[in-house]
Amino acid sequence: MEGAELAGKILSTWLTLVLGFILLPSVFGVSLGISEIYMKILVKTLEWATIRIEKGTPKESILKNSASIGIIQRDESPMEKGLSGLRGRDFELSDVFYFSKKGLEAIVEDEVTQRFSSEELVSWNLLTRTNVNFQYISLRLTMVWVLGVIVRYCVLLPLRVTLAFIGISLLVIGATLVGQLPDSSLKNWLSELVHLTCCRICVRALSGTIHYHNKQYRPQKGGICVANHTSPIDVLILTTDGCYAMVGQVHGGLMGIIQRAMVKACPHVWFERSEMKDRHLVTKRLKEHIADKKKLPILIFPEGTCINNTSVMMFKKGSFEIGGTIHPVAIKYNPQFGDAFWNSSKYNMVSYLLRMMTSWAIVCDVWYMPPMTREEGEDAVQFANRVKSAIAIQGGLTELPWDGGLKRAKVKDIFKEEQQKNYSKMIVGNGSLS
Amino acid sequence: MAVGRDGFVSQASLLRLHHRFRALDRNKKGYLSRMDLQQIGALAVNPLGDRIIESFFPDGSQRVDFPGFVRVLAHFRPVEDEDTETQDPKKPEPLNSRRNKLHYAFQLYDLDRDGKISRHEMLQVLRLMVGVQVTEEQLENIADRTVQEADEDGDGAVSFVEFTKSLEKMDVEQKMSIRILK
Repeated sequence: MEGAELAGKILSTWLTLVLGFILLPSVFGVSLGISEIYMKILVKTLEWATIRIEKGTPKESILKNSASIGIIQRDESPMEKGLSGLRGRDFELSDVFYFSKKGLEAIVEDEVTQRFSSEELVSWNLLTRTNVNFQYISLRLTMVWVLGVIVRYCVLLPLRVTLAFIGISLLVIGATLVGQLPDSSLKNWLSELVHLTCCRICVRALSGTIHYHNKQYRPQKGGICVANHTSPIDVLILTTDGCYAMVGQVHGGLMGIIQRAMVKACPHVWFERSEMKDRHLVTKRLKEHIADKKKLPILIFPEGTCINNTSVMMFKKGSFEIGGTIHPVAIKYNPQFGDAFWNSSKYNMVSYLLRMMTSWAIVCDVWYMPPMTREEGEDAVQFANRVKSAIAIQGGLTELPWDGGLKRAKVKDIFKEEQQKNYSKMIVGNGSLS
Repeated sequence: MAVGRDGFVSQASLLRLHHRFRALDRNKKGYLSRMDLQQIGALAVNPLGDRIIESFFPDGSQRVDFPGFVRVLAHFRPVEDEDTETQDPKKPEPLNSRRNKLHYAFQLYDLDRDGKISRHEMLQVLRLMVGVQVTEEQLENIADRTVQEADEDGDGAVSFVEFTKSLEKMDVEQKMSIRILK
């Protein structure tokens, strides 16, 4: 009996602490500064760890760290130069050299494949998952690491799971309750309140520290918000600072419950799986949504898939054909404290969330950018590329023309045809053949 | 295994290539399949991409392990001066010798691996490189001319010796080399 009483007492004190220090401030959007102190301690510890490692690492292993820079000497000259000929020259047996060299270069290193695995850190951040080749450096370092594991799994994880649980339940219950009210400005205000509170709780569930820059450019009603995609948490990060209408597929399970609850409180755009295939239907519904100026801005991730936050890949033109004002947003995570990238082929949602909750923290910067609209004579693809460049520059990411769909599917034949066309022009010339 | 000894591929490069091998092996199988290589965007758009992928799977195998992976890549190692000086006639020729580089290129043409490039094989490889942009007639002309020019013994096909002879003036070492940065 005593054991149960003690456990009960601990649980209730625990819950009161949580309520007082975390939940209430979330409602009012106030921070008590606990996370700042945590971050300071964390940064100091990681700095110390880095110095220890650098002292202890033998020279060879530093080799591994430059793997993200190019490892082969590239000759980026166009096909004409590489084949050492002018236009209209004839086919030579040696032409195959050029293609085989380019092919083997791609096998040794290509700029796309490395974007679908997590970014490599230059120094270790005391999480074994980010260090592929960790060696024993010193007893002290290992002790600190063990301490880190205990802190992360036994102190932080239960806290975070509790918070996440509370956050999601509040969202579902709150949204359903607010949904019962008749449409009015009170309903909108309440739905925003519920929304923001739950998002703040969830962000604290991940120990998230987010810096918002240029808040004056925050997306307005009737616009479309466009951002680069790294993980499902992107949504959480953006919605903590403002309310958006989400676009996406209807899921089953927990996600489905959350989706159905949210749509009661304010209009989101959820599609059935079959409807997603019909591009005209999708465009039509989105157009209707933004035409209504009272509705919240739509949030879209035009890359279509999660990229590892070192680059921005091709933006699918669909979002840019709808019209309206585009509000670009750049999101950059700091990988030092935890890797936010969701490698969906490696981890499913639950193991991903667990990884998130056992990292040190999620630190990121969000830059709001001035709105853009499609100019005269610019087609959707050019507009998409313009927005993509702006986001890449702002977030300090590299820009790649490749389609994020390369993660799962093979590249389209149209790109191969271009190369074939170029080559044919060279050997056939202007139709002059003996 | 021949790779790794005698500096065929340097230690540092080997480490990098192993890193790359692991990155390409998405399902952590320990070997690469054709599909793993086909996922590389820049390779899939290469007109000879399929032939290059095929060169990793000699003898009809379906898997390439790390030594096999390096063996193909070793063909493209640049020729350093020291290699030619310390040539020990008893040791096997290094994979990045001029002859072996040429042999790699020859293999890209020789579809049935019979040691000869027939007119038919030449046509097929040409078709890969030009896609649908060139008519059958034009392509046949090119194939005929090329085979005729290289064919010395008049058997209507290009053997490896004839192939080598027709490219004797070509700077093969430079064109078929990939330099790994230190």
